[in-house]
Amino acid sequence: MIVGKAVNRVDAEAKASGTAKYVADLVDRNALVAKVLHSTIANGTVLSFDLDEAYKVPGVVKIVTCFDVPDKQFPTPGHPWSTHKAHQDISDRKLLNTRVRFYGDDIAAVIAEDEIAATRALKLIKVEYEEYEPILTYEDAMKDGAMAIHEEKPNNVVVHSDYEMGNFDEAIKEEGLIKVEGTYETPIVSHCHIENAGSYAYMESGRIIVVSSTQIPHIIRRVISQALDCGMGKIRVIKPYIGGGFGNKQDALTEPLNAFLTSVVGGRCVKLFYTREETFVCTRTRHAMKFFIESYVRKDGTFAARKIKAYSTQGAYASHAHALVANAVNGFRMMYPVGAIKGDAYTVYTNLPTAGAMRAYGIPQIGFALEAHVDDICQKAGFDKVQFRRDNMMQVGFVDPFTTIACHSSGLDECITRGKEYVNWDQKIEEYKNQTGDIRRGVGMAVFCYKTGVYPIALETSAVRMVLNQDGSTQVQMGATEIGQGADTVFSQMAAETLGFTLDKVNLISTQDTDVTPYDTGAYASRQTYVSGMAVKKTALSLKKKICEFAGYMLNRDPSDLDIEDNNIVHVGTREKYLTTEEVAMEACYSLENSNHISAEETHHCSDNTYALGCCFAEVEVDIPMCSVKILKIINVHDSGKIINPQTARGQVHGGMSMGIGYGLYERLIIDPKTGKTNNDNLLDYKLMTVLDTPDLGYDFVEPEDPSGPYGNKALGEPPVIPVAPALRNAVYNATGVAVNAIPLHPQRLFEEFSKAGLIK
Amino acid sequence: MKKQLVTCTINGKVRENYIDPRASLSDLLRGEEHLHSIKHGCDVGECGACTVVIDGETYNSCIYMAIWAEGKNITTLEGLSTLDGTISDIQQAFIDEGAIQCGFCTPGFIMSSLPIIESDEEFTRDEIKKQVSGNFCRCTGYDTIVTAIEKTHNKRKAERAKK
Ligand code: FES
Ligand code: FES
Repeated sequence: MIVGKAVNRVDAEAKASGTAKYVADLVDRNALVAKVLHSTIANGTVLSFDLDEAYKVPGVVKIVTCFDVPDKQFPTPGHPWSTHKAHQDISDRKLLNTRVRFYGDDIAAVIAEDEIAATRALKLIKVEYEEYEPILTYEDAMKDGAMAIHEEKPNNVVVHSDYEMGNFDEAIKEEGLIKVEGTYETPIVSHCHIENAGSYAYMESGRIIVVSSTQIPHIIRRVISQALDCGMGKIRVIKPYIGGGFGNKQDALTEPLNAFLTSVVGGRCVKLFYTREETFVCTRTRHAMKFFIESYVRKDGTFAARKIKAYSTQGAYASHAHALVANAVNGFRMMYPVGAIKGDAYTVYTNLPTAGAMRAYGIPQIGFALEAHVDDICQKAGFDKVQFRRDNMMQVGFVDPFTTIACHSSGLDECITRGKEYVNWDQKIEEYKNQTGDIRRGVGMAVFCYKTGVYPIALETSAVRMVLNQDGSTQVQMGATEIGQGADTVFSQMAAETLGFTLDKVNLISTQDTDVTPYDTGAYASRQTYVSGMAVKKTALSLKKKICEFAGYMLNRDPSDLDIEDNNIVHVGTREKYLTTEEVAMEACYSLENSNHISAEETHHCSDNTYALGCCFAEVEVDIPMCSVKILKIINVHDSGKIINPQTARGQVHGGMSMGIGYGLYERLIIDPKTGKTNNDNLLDYKLMTVLDTPDLGYDFVEPEDPSGPYGNKALGEPPVIPVAPALRNAVYNATGVAVNAIPLHPQRLFEEFSKAGLIK
Repeated sequence: MKKQLVTCTINGKVRENYIDPRASLSDLLRGEEHLHSIKHGCDVGECGACTVVIDGETYNSCIYMAIWAEGKNITTLEGLSTLDGTISDIQQAFIDEGAIQCGFCTPGFIMSSLPIIESDEEFTRDEIKKQVSGNFCRCTGYDTIVTAIEKTHNKRKAERAKK
């Protein structure tokens, strides 16, 4: 068995030795340099430019402005395209925009011979704006008479949706219910992949080639073709190794403009690499959300009814738009599918940096709100926090009435048991009762559920090609992408497992090139091991069948008698060895009688989905006068089904926990409330987790086999980030008795909350 | 601007390059020497992805002027592999411990760890953390990186003690 083993990553040596090539390592050194001019107002219209001084800078080749780009709006999010008009993504931006919608909007671009010339020219462009008052909160954007940020949405509501499971109004009439209300808020945060956004583009025979740091090469090709209004066949997108994405690169970022820029300089190679500051402000962020929750619980500790109203601050452009908050309010229902439940969600345009996809897609937001709220309920009603969750949480057999997604497997109960043990929960709950003094300790926990893929909301398709090489190895081509999460490694393991090959006989091609790579929508959701994994399995079975057929021809045996094990053709029953796969491959390639290029290509159209589940348990020490939180112990326990590779799985959990700690305690984008300018658009002022902020990270897996996953597996890439922030918030609550309903729990917020509660005088 | 000659030792070889005096050392190493292990995550000394060792000390090469390299001895990640491509123990430890994900921070982290693993001093985990706290990683949560450095440090110390 190779699936399930902690093998080293297939790309680790290239990355450890420095030979792995990323976008910036591939670009021609004579490439022209493009730089984007970003608006210095948050809301307004560009009236004119004065380019005279800028053009005087030696080395400037061309300047294009928002008045020079095609008058065409296009969508950017990395969703599979819908052929149904009603489900298509919102087209609301141009390559460069005359109507300025946030501080940092793209309004012009300079192409120059070198970076210094481009940068100097940018500074010399004079812009005349008509300026309007920035609209920086969803509340202001939804006010009567508020100015429309996009004329297509006069009230600034991008989308509003609602649902009702059961009858809420009837349900709350039940005698003796306890009502608990709460308002919870999450901040705008940044992905902070260490490689910034960037691409380069050039033309060949009338076609545009874009090499980009993206999670979704096939989708980027479609978006460019929409932006430039040309056939998809005219565009070729190549994705080499990338330095992280976390959802930010599940969006068209620099690529459409970059493709346009090469076309205005006769197809010369143009590179467009964003700086860290631009990556913070001008790519995508995580949506800030605000939730109003009202719950009615019975004295026996079960939900009778609850409802949620959610507001998602979209920022300037739609990007993934409503999909995130819709996911959040669905998550509100799915985690505890008990009683009547009502959801109401708004996505609202504002003059802020554009929010898009980020690891776990709306669920860290609702995860914080819901799990904080559950602790509030337990506190008010006197319930045991763990038992209440156990009594109400999703169980195997649950089928969500709206999405039809079924709970095929659940190890959540066992996850909770192990988490409790790790922090010594029962004893600590007793120990930390009735504390006084400046330094107090507490324990907290949170659970989550997470949909693995995007079915049935969107198309789930994945194609794989496998070619048998003459040495009996196979090269595997996939549209699914490696973005750091370890996809190439687990796919290689899956291919080896199903083919009966050893891992060294599987060469997975890491680079995607839309000219040659089979179609897959790419790295997002936590879909690839689940959806693309099915395509690997299907293609491997098909290749194996063809190898056995040729071996049967060589051996004069029925192919159904044959199997492959450790690169040998063996008898399916006795396991007697007949041939090596290399012998079969050589004969198949060079046979004078029956030459046969053995290869397989299959598409898997997935029409299933499944929930990954898990929890976080944390113990903290709060220094009340210092308003600081120290993590003493923390563990995430995951049910992600069968683990394909314990080493890479641990990596996902560690990385997600680190991001979750940052989300709970430190990270936020700080926007100037008057101008809309981002004040901490760099790695010094944005409090990104350093190694010193990271405590020992506990992790564990409960591994029920999921019957719908290709190898019993389900989502793991995104979930680890979800339960951490609420577990920390609940631990601080347990320690101090102060329920903080917004993250991050930075000192300033804690000071305000502790002061309000009388802990600081 | 008129280019200037900079002569320095890079990964054991004396190299001469004519370079724009406004260029950074990372420009020289990436642009002229094609040493692509040097990554850029910020260009202003915040992220550590461009770390190299100059005369035994670690520096962010993005904020170190190329012309300051005159006469200096510079090591990049490429310099850690032998000529036949065999990687060093610290690189292998990063692989074995699962300390690499997207790999973009990896070269910088490995370079930042060199003064630790080459030192005879004792380093606790917390001290290792302090030493490499100028390097960011968004993927791994750092835990396995610290372990890779810790194990290599202990291994080298034991090897030196035997000699
Ligand atoms: S690129 Fe040099 S420190 Fe970030
Ligand atoms: S491995 Fe991706 S930033 Fe460290």
